[in-house]
Amino acid sequence: MPQDAENPLLLSVRGLNVAYGDTPVVRDVDLDVARGERVALVGQSGSGKSTVVAALLRLLPGGGRITGGIIELDREDLAAASEARMRAVRGGRIALVPQDPGTNLNPAMRLGDQVADALRADGLRGPAVRRRVLELLAEAGVPEPERRARQFPHEFSGGMRQRVLIAVALAREPELLLADEPTSALDVTVQRRILDHLGALAEAHGTAMILVTHDLGLAADRADRVVVMLDGRIVEQGTPEQVLRSPQHEYTRRLVAAAPAAVVTQAEAGASREAPPPSDREASGDVVTVRDLVKEYKVRGRGGLLRAVDDVSFDVPRGGTTALVGESGSGKTTVSRILLGLEAPTSGEALVDGRTIAGAARAERRALRRRVQPVFQDPYASLDPTHTVERVIDEPLRIFGIGDRDSRRARVAELLDQVALPRDVAQRRPGELSGGQRQRVAIARALAPEPELLVLDEAVSALDVLVQEQILDLLADLQERLGVSYLFISHDLAVVRGIADNVVVLRQGRVEEQGSVDDVFHAPRADYTRDLLGAIPGAAFAR
Amino acid sequence: MTVIERGDLAPGFAAPWRLLPRLRTPQAITGGVLLGVVLLGGILAPVLAPYGPAQVHFDAPFQLPGTIGFALGTDDLGRDILSRMMYGIRASLMVGMVAVGLAVVVGTPLGLAAGWWRWLDGPVSRLTDVTLAFPFLILAVGLAAINGPSLAGAAISLGVAQVPTMVRVVRAETMRLKESPFVLAATAMDASGPRILAQHVLPNCLSAIIVQATVIMPAAVLGEAVLSFLGLGIQPPTPSLGIMLADAQQYLGRAPTAALFPGLAIVAICLGFNLLGDALRDALDPTTDRK
Repeated sequence: MPQDAENPLLLSVRGLNVAYGDTPVVRDVDLDVARGERVALVGQSGSGKSTVVAALLRLLPGGGRITGGIIELDREDLAAASEARMRAVRGGRIALVPQDPGTNLNPAMRLGDQVADALRADGLRGPAVRRRVLELLAEAGVPEPERRARQFPHEFSGGMRQRVLIAVALAREPELLLADEPTSALDVTVQRRILDHLGALAEAHGTAMILVTHDLGLAADRADRVVVMLDGRIVEQGTPEQVLRSPQHEYTRRLVAAAPAAVVTQAEAGASREAPPPSDREASGDVVTVRDLVKEYKVRGRGGLLRAVDDVSFDVPRGGTTALVGESGSGKTTVSRILLGLEAPTSGEALVDGRTIAGAARAERRALRRRVQPVFQDPYASLDPTHTVERVIDEPLRIFGIGDRDSRRARVAELLDQVALPRDVAQRRPGELSGGQRQRVAIARALAPEPELLVLDEAVSALDVLVQEQILDLLADLQERLGVSYLFISHDLAVVRGIADNVVVLRQGRVEEQGSVDDVFHAPRADYTRDLLGAIPGAAFAR
Repeated sequence: MTVIERGDLAPGFAAPWRLLPRLRTPQAITGGVLLGVVLLGGILAPVLAPYGPAQVHFDAPFQLPGTIGFALGTDDLGRDILSRMMYGIRASLMVGMVAVGLAVVVGTPLGLAAGWWRWLDGPVSRLTDVTLAFPFLILAVGLAAINGPSLAGAAISLGVAQVPTMVRVVRAETMRLKESPFVLAATAMDASGPRILAQHVLPNCLSAIIVQATVIMPAAVLGEAVLSFLGLGIQPPTPSLGIMLADAQQYLGRAPTAALFPGLAIVAICLGFNLLGDALRDALDPTTDRK
């Protein structure tokens, strides 16, 4: 870490307090960043990590304000600085790489112009602007900068957009880069490339960086120092080695234990998951048989066909779990939608208990749908906000005409017990529950008609790590007790590792590789699988 | 694969029953008070009005506001302006309610159907386009020509004119909700289209429908005034705000206040609904959450 001999400390935050209205969200945060140092700020949603970043820039949204403390950048207190002074600091000395590359670029403006904006704000004029824009884009890893600078954001992939945002942030050669979940919206392999690049650039320029992330593994991989936040306070900090190997605070310990990459090591230590005796399974066969499945979409305007699913075959054993893994666009969700009967395949078959939903007569379709139930990714969107929890859970019972009013009520109570929710939740509405609780409600609803298969489409991806672990435990427990099978769809190999028996790796609609969890993780045959495995953050520490 | 960063207590969605505490804004209160006064005046007209709406006082025409016995003065026939206004508001609101009712009753099912079943979208949308292409005045003139001008005719023509906007609003909401995971989940449970529309889509459209109704209401009140002013709506001597304006117009030089008060009543109704509608829209919009 290169250090200025006179003043090695670039940023020094003391006793920072931030409140939204009357609710304190950041309490007594002390944080030092040396020149060229990379600090990772880790915490779950609501821990105040993004608020700290916004406070450093004095860009707190809405009713947020700094209620105490000092933020010293080179001995100048930013908490007390004038707005004019702050404008010079923002972008010039402290730059931000925001989270969502989808919404942080102006869709009506050419990308080159958006980078140029940052330069013009610095007073640069004339042809020098264009030269520097191309230089920055090339530096951020955008190929053919001449041509691409004239394009609009919708012509760029998520990863490429994030590179443009990095170019904007670096435009004025800041001393401190704030990266707020810069890659959370991106696929793992893209995430790795972007972070590699960001790290290399920061190092080359001697830029200090604060990396905000919910992913402890990623933080450990990318930072010199890891700072863990909980409920607006810093509960622990140290080198990645210290934090991961010997966490001091209770919360960090739970976080380390729950980190999916760490789960892998535990599973390995315990001779992997107890697989049910194979004889059992052969007797009961497969719940789902997918054979040569193809789904094509017409691409509007170009008259072409897009093969979203290309010749996919796999099985889900009865009482077992098969995971479909892949990045966005790999066709994994399309497969699940075909299985649920929400879309018809172009060719091939997706059989549940030897029968297909597509093209089935009404009564048969109904019987099949009762056996297959979905749990979706976003627990905020998958429950009707106008219904009570009881109405949400007993809806499938009412649709399938199971039981009368009293027996349905009893069943809802039973289901709430099964997913470990208190019974009084029944009269509340989804809006009053936390994300984890809502996902439990979604699971209870899916279990209500006693299905044989749950299709879990990224069912834990939107949850915080600790909640994620709880839900995964719940799923494993339910499988053991009820013998329900899972089709587990995820982009996150580390999570899959803990729950699946078989893994199918998809890429651009094709099966790259499939086999048992141990085979795929220990002896991956396809290059792509190796690539994916290598991109799991924190893998280096989970050995 | 976005990680959803939302506070656990964030109201993910605004629902009508959580509105009241969020309506304590100056805007909403002003609108509410304006409407409250006007509505109360209209509803309680038979009790509160000092005279009958058509009661003439030939001995006291063109009285100024503040005259004893005639708080807001009298018109050319010596009819009490306050009393006539109160009854006039009744007529205006009645037309407004019929128009809103027509727009909701006809527009909502059409919008739901067009948004849900793709094959219906084309026919319904073209139909609304055609309706939009007819100015409501033409329709009103047509209806008046067939049945003679009346309150019912005015209300129907105004209602029909408002149906297309309601169809469009509901259709857009339906199409948005159709792709939402909770609707997909219901489909995967083998729920039928009508069932999903009734149980999931309609309740979640309610906010939009309510807001749209508060937009239609003042438009219809204004429309009624226009039609009555032109003689295509309510017929004298039955009072309506539009008729009072039309009557007062002839004597504008001599008794300007006879036009002023009905005009102000129209302004109060429209402003009240618009303010309340704006506030409702803000309160119902999840993106303007104040924590």
